[in-house]
Amino acid sequence: MTLTPTPRKLTRRQLLQSSVAAGTIAVAGTGFIAAPNAAWALEVTEITEHQLATLVQMARDTYPHDSVGDEYYVIAVKGYDNADQKEFIAQGVAKLDDLAQADGAPDYLSTKWEDNRVALLKQIEDDAFFQTIRGGLVTGLYNQKAVWPIFGYEGESFSFGGYIDRGFNDINWL
Amino acid sequence: MTKFEMSDDSVVVVIGTGAGGGVLSNELAQKGVNVVALEAGGRYLPEDYVNDEWESFGQLAWVDPRTTSGDWRVSKDFSGLPAWIVKAVGGTTTHWAGASLRFQDHEWKAKTNYGEVEGANLLDWPIDPREMDDYYIKAENKLGVTRTGGRAGLPGNNNYLVFEKGAKALGYNEVHTGRMAINSDDYDDRLACQQTGFCFQGCKWGAKWSAAYTDIPRGEATGNLEVREHAHVARIVHDDSGKVTGVEYFDKDGNLHLQKARVICVAGNSFESPRLLLNSASSMFPDGLANSSGMVGKNYMRHMTGSVYAVFDKPVKMWRGTTMAGIIQDEARHDPSRGFVGGYEMETLALGLPFMAAFLNPGAWGRGFTTALDSYENMAGMWLVGEDMPQETNRVTLNTDVKDQWGLPVANVNFSDHPNDVAMREHAYRQGQAVYDAVGATRTFPTPPYPSTHNLGTNRMSADPKDGVVNKWGRTHDIENLYISDGSQFTTGAAENPTLTIVALAIRQADHIAGELSNGNL
Repeated sequence: MTLTPTPRKLTRRQLLQSSVAAGTIAVAGTGFIAAPNAAWALEVTEITEHQLATLVQMARDTYPHDSVGDEYYVIAVKGYDNADQKEFIAQGVAKLDDLAQADGAPDYLSTKWEDNRVALLKQIEDDAFFQTIRGGLVTGLYNQKAVWPIFGYEGESFSFGGYIDRGFNDINWL
Repeated sequence: MTKFEMSDDSVVVVIGTGAGGGVLSNELAQKGVNVVALEAGGRYLPEDYVNDEWESFGQLAWVDPRTTSGDWRVSKDFSGLPAWIVKAVGGTTTHWAGASLRFQDHEWKAKTNYGEVEGANLLDWPIDPREMDDYYIKAENKLGVTRTGGRAGLPGNNNYLVFEKGAKALGYNEVHTGRMAINSDDYDDRLACQQTGFCFQGCKWGAKWSAAYTDIPRGEATGNLEVREHAHVARIVHDDSGKVTGVEYFDKDGNLHLQKARVICVAGNSFESPRLLLNSASSMFPDGLANSSGMVGKNYMRHMTGSVYAVFDKPVKMWRGTTMAGIIQDEARHDPSRGFVGGYEMETLALGLPFMAAFLNPGAWGRGFTTALDSYENMAGMWLVGEDMPQETNRVTLNTDVKDQWGLPVANVNFSDHPNDVAMREHAYRQGQAVYDAVGATRTFPTPPYPSTHNLGTNRMSADPKDGVVNKWGRTHDIENLYISDGSQFTTGAAENPTLTIVALAIRQADHIAGELSNGNL
């Protein structure tokens, strides 16, 4: 489960041309999806670009952190691109898209407001599909060391000698 | 290192090496008693500990299968993980936060002092509180508990300073950085606390007492203690007279061995100890060993717990420094006018971001949850821990439908709150939130109990053999050379973190066993 940061330099024009989804994620050609700003890109092998893009949006809608970039959500769900879970993911995304269509949108990804997408997720909240994705995110997202600084969390301190001389009691507003 | 023969039936076999078994093994070894200690986990020392919550959990936690039932939320959110305890030499003394509080006198006699509580199975301990005074002193000196024996308190970290200010604003008086088995100065060849955080992951400085690097190696140094790691006990065996004679265990390769024994002390914690007695059922003891009362596995207590986290408009950085060095004791008293019997402690607590995400509100999602984590840097936290009511229906049983890696039926842990537990938790949430509101919290979170660390009562101590499993020495009522040496012997739970009392009882039990051995009674 590795993310390749900008493995191919897509031009803005290529991205705009290949972008088929209305959300923040561009599906950029066969087996390959990328961020509109080319901050990240990756290839899928078992599941489709649409399914991965849906998982990424679903991850962000489940645990939305506006300061956390899509690349971290991609890392958190990339592992579902495997043969064993292919069918499970396909069925889950299809059901979510069906619910979106019943709501008048082409699919989940094309549902423009977060609140509306969350309302769709609420309808599948008790499904194994949603609970699997949600449960996986608890570690898949928050246990990425790279996201910790975004929350201010400093991680291990032993190698710095702890905080005894580095502000364990530095609170200044009480 | 000393090795004892499997056929050596003169040894005391201790099962488990944590606060109970680890201390007992060393105390016996110091008295010249030969001990074989069997530990299901491996050996990890400060240089091995990892300052990373999930990685450390993977290293240390007991994750063999268990099942759960009852209406407690842990059963829903963490159905296979009723407890967060350790499988390693030193047991959960690797993971514990270090809070070391004596029972209050009235808590030794809960039935007498609380009266009949409907639905509760209260009982007095068959121990006079004064009998424990000297043992508490010995335990405090062993652990180097701060604010006892002339040892200074720890300095307060950011999380404590917020907590203290709120407590004082509310009018609480008994507020300080705790009585902690974490050195405030170098003590007993261990360093002073370096305010690193990660107390739960094993202290890399050794500033926190753990049996793993104190009692265990000191016992081994006597030549009287052999600790066998990766030795998972399957069954205790007995002879035709009903005395226990040995222990069958699997080594790490899955080979079954039989270690003979003169005395057997069970200290596998409140899930594994009753599970072992039940899994040792025989034609002579069809309901399991030492179970003529039917109490083996019953009266499981886990303390009334919960947490309160709060967000402020400015940074706290609660993860910096000692995890639990902060306490408010004003609510620990027994005062039924609050609507419940017994009392509770409020203790500072911090989790790192990964565990906060897992435990703040398990299963929650969406912005109501994520905006809390967005303010993680501005968060303060406390843990609430109080006396819960023993109930016979809260119990550990064998789940014969689920087997562990050795093919043994696993423990099922059934737990539901007593109304007294619920009333106490509601009160504690309210007071905890008030503490933070008094410092200007913008939002507070009454956080549900985590998987248990204080597991108590499933082989409880009783004066009358029909009420419990062991007598005042932890000796089983039914089998004279079988002892219980862990928190499962607790008659009631009291409000306090149990480790100090487990250690004090282990020191006391070592005196008793050594005396019985030299008197020829064992």
